[in-house]
Amino acid sequence: MNAGPHYTLYHPRWYRRRVSVWWWLQKGSYTSFVLRELTSVFVAYFALVVLWQLRALGQGPDAYAAFLARLKTPPFLVLDAIAFLFVLFHAITWLNLTPKAMVVRLRGTRVPDWAILGANYAAWLVCSVAVAFLLLRG
Amino acid sequence: MERITPLLWLLFSAGGTVAAFLFPIHLFLTGLAFPMGWLEPPRYEFLHRLAAFPVTRLYLLVLVSMPLFHWAHRFRYTLYDGLQLKHLTTLIAVLCYGAAVLGTLGAAWLLWSMA
Repeated sequence: MNAGPHYTLYHPRWYRRRVSVWWWLQKGSYTSFVLRELTSVFVAYFALVVLWQLRALGQGPDAYAAFLARLKTPPFLVLDAIAFLFVLFHAITWLNLTPKAMVVRLRGTRVPDWAILGANYAAWLVCSVAVAFLLLRG
Repeated sequence: MERITPLLWLLFSAGGTVAAFLFPIHLFLTGLAFPMGWLEPPRYEFLHRLAAFPVTRLYLLVLVSMPLFHWAHRFRYTLYDGLQLKHLTTLIAVLCYGAAVLGTLGAAWLLWSMA
């Protein structure tokens, strides 16, 4: 933005509507757009939790037990429940965009959107099952 | 800045994919199912042994680092558009990507020094 309006003879003032900081609450699609953008905050939060877990893991069994105990406190349970919903929202909106982001052609014809979506959701399921399987064995 | 924008987009998209495929299950287990007692958490010795494998360390580095770059890129534009802070472009970019770089270095150091 410039420091001030530039006045000229037949164009005395630029017309620019002021937009409220809360513009995204006026319509459902705007709100879901902003909520989707905000998922990144919870993505970063969980990356930090993993960092914290790695630090505790390196420090020894006592530090790790303290880490687990902290995650059982109500503030972390509430935060993690909210973060889980946002991360899930990120995953669903991200996967739903894949047919638009990756256009795959096989023998000259475009692979239909449902096939790309299906492949991505299947990959998501495989990843989740693999992680759960590994962590629940211990 | 303009010259590295394609790289930043690539990191954003790689991080978004890592976060989409892996964060829901990790967060559900670590943040909810284990603390709530719905499922039995892995024992310390098991996790410690698991983290000793180089492939696990690489996995954990990617798991932390890529989503942080995803956050940096997306949050930067959230601040610009949501809070109308376009005039602070450089400061916001430095803070966001700088935090992601610090987080990556921190993860690398923790994994490297883990006994």
